[in-house]
Amino acid sequence: MQFMLLFSRQGKLRLQKWYVPLSDKEKKKITRELVQTVLARKPKMCSFLEWRDLKIVYKRYASLYFCCAIEDQDNELITLEIIHRYVELLDKYFGSVCELDIIFNFEKAYFILDEFLLGGEVQETSKKNVLKAIEQADLLQENRIRITARVSMGGLRKNLY
Amino acid sequence: MPAVSKGDGMRGLAVFISDIRNCKSKEAEIKRINKELANIRSKFKGDKALDGYSKKKYVCKLLFIFLLGHDIDFGHMEAVNLLSSNRYTEKQIGYLFISVLVNSNSELIRLINNAIKNDLASRNPTFMGLALHCIANVGSREMAEAFAGEIPKILVAGDTMDSVKQSAALCLLRLYRASPDLVPMGDWTSRVVHLLNDQHLGVVTAATSLITTLAQKNPEEFKTSVSLAVSRLSRIVTSASTDLQDYTYYFVPAPWLSVKLLRLLQCYPPPDPAVRGRLTECLETILNKAQEPPKSKKVQHSNAKNAVLFEAISLIIHHDSEPNLLVRACNQLGQFLQHRETNLRYLALESMCTLASSEFSHEAVKTHIDTVINALKTERDVSVRQRAVDLLYAMCDRSNAQQIVAEMLSYLETADYSIREEIVLKVAILAEKYAVDYTWYVDTILNLIRIAGDYVSEEVWYRVIQIVINRDDVQGYAAKTVFEALQAPACHENLVKVGGYILGEFGNLIAGDPRSSPLIQFDLLHSKFHLCSVPTRALLLSTYIKFVNLFPEVKTTIQDVLRSDSQLKNADVELQQRAVEYLRLSSVASTDILATVLEEMPPFPERESSILAKLKKKKGPSTVTDLEEAKRERSVDVNGAPEPAPASASAASTPSPSADLLGLGAAPPAPTGPPPSAGGLLVDVFSDSASAVAPLAPGSEDNFARFVCKNNGVLFENQLLQIGLKSEFRQNLGRMFIFYGNKTSTQFLNFTPTLICADDLQANLNLQTKPVDPTVDGGAQVQQVVNIECVSDFTEAPVLNIQFRYGGTFQNVSVKLPITLNKFFQPTEMASQDFFQRWKQLSNPQQEVQSIFKAKHPMDTEITKAKLLLGRSSDLGQHSLKKLILTLQTLWALASSTPKPPRLDACCVWSRICKLRCTGSRCAQARTLFPRGYVTYCRSSFNPMQAVGLCVLFPCVSATLGDHTAHSTMEHLSTCTSSLGPGRGWDTKGLLTGTTAGLPVQGGPGSMKSRQPVVQSTN
Repeated sequence: MQFMLLFSRQGKLRLQKWYVPLSDKEKKKITRELVQTVLARKPKMCSFLEWRDLKIVYKRYASLYFCCAIEDQDNELITLEIIHRYVELLDKYFGSVCELDIIFNFEKAYFILDEFLLGGEVQETSKKNVLKAIEQADLLQENRIRITARVSMGGLRKNLY
Repeated sequence: MPAVSKGDGMRGLAVFISDIRNCKSKEAEIKRINKELANIRSKFKGDKALDGYSKKKYVCKLLFIFLLGHDIDFGHMEAVNLLSSNRYTEKQIGYLFISVLVNSNSELIRLINNAIKNDLASRNPTFMGLALHCIANVGSREMAEAFAGEIPKILVAGDTMDSVKQSAALCLLRLYRASPDLVPMGDWTSRVVHLLNDQHLGVVTAATSLITTLAQKNPEEFKTSVSLAVSRLSRIVTSASTDLQDYTYYFVPAPWLSVKLLRLLQCYPPPDPAVRGRLTECLETILNKAQEPPKSKKVQHSNAKNAVLFEAISLIIHHDSEPNLLVRACNQLGQFLQHRETNLRYLALESMCTLASSEFSHEAVKTHIDTVINALKTERDVSVRQRAVDLLYAMCDRSNAQQIVAEMLSYLETADYSIREEIVLKVAILAEKYAVDYTWYVDTILNLIRIAGDYVSEEVWYRVIQIVINRDDVQGYAAKTVFEALQAPACHENLVKVGGYILGEFGNLIAGDPRSSPLIQFDLLHSKFHLCSVPTRALLLSTYIKFVNLFPEVKTTIQDVLRSDSQLKNADVELQQRAVEYLRLSSVASTDILATVLEEMPPFPERESSILAKLKKKKGPSTVTDLEEAKRERSVDVNGAPEPAPASASAASTPSPSADLLGLGAAPPAPTGPPPSAGGLLVDVFSDSASAVAPLAPGSEDNFARFVCKNNGVLFENQLLQIGLKSEFRQNLGRMFIFYGNKTSTQFLNFTPTLICADDLQANLNLQTKPVDPTVDGGAQVQQVVNIECVSDFTEAPVLNIQFRYGGTFQNVSVKLPITLNKFFQPTEMASQDFFQRWKQLSNPQQEVQSIFKAKHPMDTEITKAKLLLGRSSDLGQHSLKKLILTLQTLWALASSTPKPPRLDACCVWSRICKLRCTGSRCAQARTLFPRGYVTYCRSSFNPMQAVGLCVLFPCVSATLGDHTAHSTMEHLSTCTSSLGPGRGWDTKGLLTGTTAGLPVQGGPGSMKSRQPVVQSTN
């Protein structure tokens, strides 16, 4: 996998993970182009498309699009399930994940992704093992401060999954 | 509501994020961010040492700001500090920051590497994991240098934790991808292979990815992985769905690992028989499972299952050795073709494309033709339809070509614009490749042009012409068909091109039919002429001249057309030249010569279809199936393109549209036609001994210079011939009368003057002329009129080449025709304010030239100054450079001495462009800052020329470029300035003598002298 992007229906980038070295400028260009392309597609269309010399696999969960760029010989369907497994991991960790969780806890979203995918390849497919690693890390933390940021989010919650 | 803060919350961060989200506008957001950045900066710089938590919080905020798309230029050091924290979450944020904002700051990289090294050595698995993640995320060369040796050890060490092994494997993979040279193979490789047997499926998954990548480059080193992978795969596919516990995904056992193992096996050829049997069993099992009823209705179940199935089919296709499996795979995909999931239909079409290229499954794929055609018609997603087109192309062979081509053609009428060109290419290739009957081929291509003419690239219509020319059996049919197609009231220009070319070659084959008599053919083509672009018209003119040869009965009609003003005086040089030359050719050449020159095109040498090359270029080599090569039924027999341009005498000067055929193949064209030479080919036809254009006549350069600033006079003279000129110019137009005088008492025969413009000049200067009588009697004078249009600025002058026979010997004379840029200059009145405004805009480096040159003649400042001010104009011819310089000096002095030059625009220019320095009495250096305005003004338009200054600037151009002698430069100056007209500008003479012919300086020489400041002289 070359990169993974999460963006909202409004085209706001929520998470970006690059597994190939690219300049910031190039990253921004790719993001802009892909967000446009994917958002323009209709719901019933197939989840794969050819883009430059890559294959794009995307899926929409509630208000968020998950979009992966894979190489020619990579497997599209299994990539689709990589996306799903990641959503499951987020869901399990946050408990009914929604876009706001990813906005407010972006660092956690990155940590979970790092446990699941590394260097663009699946590192650990077991949901249990991934979450175990994250929970362990949480246990290591020293000062637990409960935030009530959610309160101010009001009724904006919309579960991804 | 579930608990918000898993892990440690950072309240400040959450507040900040809320603030950003509440911003109503982009401006407000930026304002908030800048406020925060200032806050963080002050905290980082503050005297009070920050505790770990605050540091973490601020670094996290910076990260958030960066991810919003803003640049971050500080905080790296604080992030690096976090790396060495003992608190996990602080370290974690530090690593995240480093991973996202990689900075190749070498100092920092050293510190980061240091921190990573410590964590790797810590033996704390969570710390090691973080360090490995960071290496894998950054993957830079510096990191590879530092850790490529260390990581394999961690990977294969017996006591390494499983999770660390996983990270280490993928970390190594990333480093290998980025810098393969820094990851040396070694003992560790065999131990990595054995990780395929590891008990922990997560470790096996990560290791399989690593091995697959390494094996692609070093297959020998990892050969043993094949049997291990097969046995691993076998255990997975035969396991019950609960055996693998958490590695079972929606009832599919370890789908990711299965896909990866199948992928690894695609790095190798089919294994040894023992292993092979087991592998075949596995593959059969996977195919069998696809037929079982689903264990879950969830899409995840079917996706995971089919992901494994598609990867298995890829492996089967890769091995391409088990007919049974190939056919089963094909049948399976056939089922998917009608699946309700769009994704599956898409993938099935894609996979079948590769299956179609296997000899074992090609027939099986063909059975699905109706389904695929249906997909083409009914799929709502263009990317799926695209796949259907690809598959139809791949499954096409002689048996179904007619059907497939027909379907593609009908799809083309409604196809998405984005894929039309590709379909056109595909249809063209298939029609050519599988044509049994070339009439079908011709019909198909004409249909293509009719349906999607705009998408028919040149290659396609070139190709149909090549094929028709090479195949005798289809020529008559082609002529008849294009003739009929051209009857349509509106036909595409590409059809006119094909029709024009084919009728020009083979129109005679249908001329017997009164319905397509020569005149009707001609009228039909000519009715399209006016609607066509220039290249097509040029082609049609060639067709006409070919008609002159084919059908003598329409010769006069065609000559009338060629002779019409719209041809002979056409604004387009190419058309005009063709018209002139063809007209001439038709009236001068004998029937035999015509028949030779306008002979039917010779067959094209065979070569790979240029269309195929184009499609390959468009799609990449892999998608144009290898099968084409493998089962090519016969080598394509009509190929390539040599030099066409049959009678195009103009090929020498302009590439004619048909000459573009040349560009098609990589090989140089076969020399079937006469090579284009610098001289007109047409000349060769008229005179048997004619060679290329003669070198410029001696002395003509001098004469040329003289004409820079005069319009009438004798341009050339030798003992036989005298050429006189009379010319006038107005705005961008000019007319030149050339008088050729025969000084002898004998007739000149075949007298042919030709105007030759160099390639770059041709675009800028439009010359139109009529041919002169080919015989010039002794003592007589003939006149030729040249109409001149200056289109853009130019530097070269056209060459007049005259060829004639005098007393049995062939004479060839070339002279430069004095058409120079300054002829088109015009004065414009302009206030100094406006002028300087424009002048200041010209500040680009390329708009400024400076040149320093030495005077050729000695110079005495005092004498010349006196001469300049009081001197006689008759002295102008001598020491003119000095005078130029002094003129400039005077002008400069004038400009600098007059506080507000009333109408001294030109003067101001001078002061700006010329800084003069007389060094010594024998040498003068004029430093001329070259007119920055020159190019720009000329480009903008000639009408009107924008600045007075320009007129004055031109001589500097010449002087600087060394185009002209100092002498002519001087004359230049005088002409240019005098051309400004009375009361407007400068009269050199008036200036020199100090009288005021329009000189805006009060008083005579005396007053001028008295006001003259110190001349810029270092003497």
